[in-house]
Amino acid sequence: MQLASQQITDFAEAPEFTTHHSPLTTHPTPAVECRGVTKEFGAGDTRVWALRGVDLEVRPGQMTLLVGPSGCGKTTLISIIAGLLNPTAGDVAVLGRDLGSLSNGALVRFRQAHIGFVFQQLNLLPALTAAENAAVPLIIGGRPRRQAVAAAAQVLEAVGLGDRLGALPAQLSGGQQQRVAIARALVHEPRLLVCDEPTAALDARSGQTVMELLRRVAVQPDRAVMVVTHDNRVFGFGDRIVHMSDGRVERVTAPGPARVAGREEP
Amino acid sequence: MSWVALRMLTGDRSKYLGLIFGVGFATLLMSQQVSIFAGIMRRTASQILDVRDADIWVMDDKVRYIDEVPGLPDTDLQRVRGVPGVAWAVRMYKGQIRARLPDGNFRTVILFGLDDDTLVGAPTEMLAGRLADLNQPDAAIVDKAGYEYMWPEEVEQVGSRGYQLGKVFEMNDHRAVLVGVCKASAPFTTLPVLYTRYSQAGGYVPRERDLMTFVLARPDAGQDVQEVCDRIHAQTGRMALTRPQFFWKTILYFLGSTGIPVNFGITIALGFIIGVAIAGQTFYLFTVENLKQFGSLKAMGLSNARLVGMILLQAVVVGALGYSLGIGVTAIFFASTGHLTPLAGLHLYAEVMIGSGAAVLLIVVLASLLSIRRVLVLEPAVVFRG
Repeated sequence: MQLASQQITDFAEAPEFTTHHSPLTTHPTPAVECRGVTKEFGAGDTRVWALRGVDLEVRPGQMTLLVGPSGCGKTTLISIIAGLLNPTAGDVAVLGRDLGSLSNGALVRFRQAHIGFVFQQLNLLPALTAAENAAVPLIIGGRPRRQAVAAAAQVLEAVGLGDRLGALPAQLSGGQQQRVAIARALVHEPRLLVCDEPTAALDARSGQTVMELLRRVAVQPDRAVMVVTHDNRVFGFGDRIVHMSDGRVERVTAPGPARVAGREEP
Repeated sequence: MSWVALRMLTGDRSKYLGLIFGVGFATLLMSQQVSIFAGIMRRTASQILDVRDADIWVMDDKVRYIDEVPGLPDTDLQRVRGVPGVAWAVRMYKGQIRARLPDGNFRTVILFGLDDDTLVGAPTEMLAGRLADLNQPDAAIVDKAGYEYMWPEEVEQVGSRGYQLGKVFEMNDHRAVLVGVCKASAPFTTLPVLYTRYSQAGGYVPRERDLMTFVLARPDAGQDVQEVCDRIHAQTGRMALTRPQFFWKTILYFLGSTGIPVNFGITIALGFIIGVAIAGQTFYLFTVENLKQFGSLKAMGLSNARLVGMILLQAVVVGALGYSLGIGVTAIFFASTGHLTPLAGLHLYAEVMIGSGAAVLLIVVLASLLSIRRVLVLEPAVVFRG
């Protein structure tokens, strides 16, 4: 895949986007590069264009928020970036790998190794404890169960659930379940973290806590974090906000003062 | 991921138990009904198997099964004896007649008239009396179930007093004296089985021109049984069958000419269908309800092959537990009813266990195929849909 470096530069220098907030934004290799990505569903009269030529760059060390109204293509775009959907046209590179060039098997392995997921509905396995749920990506990767659960326990400690390792999801509050989901997404130390509406099911206070947690434990110099959200109360936590509308990137902005406050919270 | 699959399976107790009971019920229905069916079919020809000292049965060449046998002229006995390769041949009578008891009651019985000199075809295990007592005047031996059927008032006292020999009854107005009780395989019709000497049977049977219904024979040592049968048929024109051939000829008659296999077949098929329906539907619903979880596992990098492995493992575990439950209950059923006369001789056959296992395997494979298909076509992106 050949991505036009000039276009990337233009993207970064767009008038509504500023790069002064984080020293990490100067990372030389983009975590995600999308060029002319389109996606259509259906055919003929029922054809729907979910994405119409999206260009986007996401850098390591940043939290990028994808925002916009329902049906604007956020979920489709994040699915394509995560290697869960194939674009109809366009190129997507994640961590320098052209996803289009990967076989199905290689794509599955790539996702397993490098991408962490926080799903809107969490999708925790109800029969597994918090530690076991958080250990699942390591087990998928071939780590022995005992080691995987031990590693997951450490991550759960980091997200503040060290005392609920043996609890089943049904025994946890919504916010605690969300933290288990975050631990599960981070346990295998992915370089791209994809979060789908992580605060949608939470009240304002819990939503703030989750976003603070994501900023504190997820954002790392070599890791990019992408968050799909339409919860404008958490816009301040992002380094960049990608506004989408009708399958296109409408504009990219830097957040206001709330963002700084959010980052400064423990 | 095996333990994840098992934890997912056992996490929902009600569905897990529902699956196991579904497969278990199907196993019970199939294995029990097939065993009873096989036992009943065996009963139709059990008297053939009980005659262990003869290898060849000679009879009218139009005979279809053991209970419908016309008489042969006495000269046929000598003709069979004259066939090269026949070591010995003896006559036998088998038929159904009425026995009248002193209190006026009567019972239809299966009567065997055994060769006076050799008693070929006699029961091999006596519970009371001696086989040699058949040589006494008017002597008859009855099987255990027949004793209970003819003298039900004695049943409760058998344990304390033993079988009461010397009982007198009549057949065709001829006196008969009970001299022994033996073990015999239960016949299809559950009628009492009486043994007496051939010469005596002539008095018990309403007069017919020909009394002898079978010639029982054994080939010379080293002679091929089938070849001797062919030779007998060629030289006498009578049907000569080996014991297994006559056994299967009788069973095939009942299979082809009665509604028994259809009725049992329907029950067995229902058991299978119920098993597929219950296990398939429950397993499918179980998978559908976990589609989001499967989708998230897929998104996190679990391959289709490993997902299929998880589902198959769940199916095999459910199948193994359900099968064990069903077979266990079937075994307990036969063990606890084996002493009941109507069910005597019916048991769980090893072949039925193997067959039921194969059927259960088929059930869980069919049940899991639908689930596997749903998981295989599942787009991992489903996890991002609300």
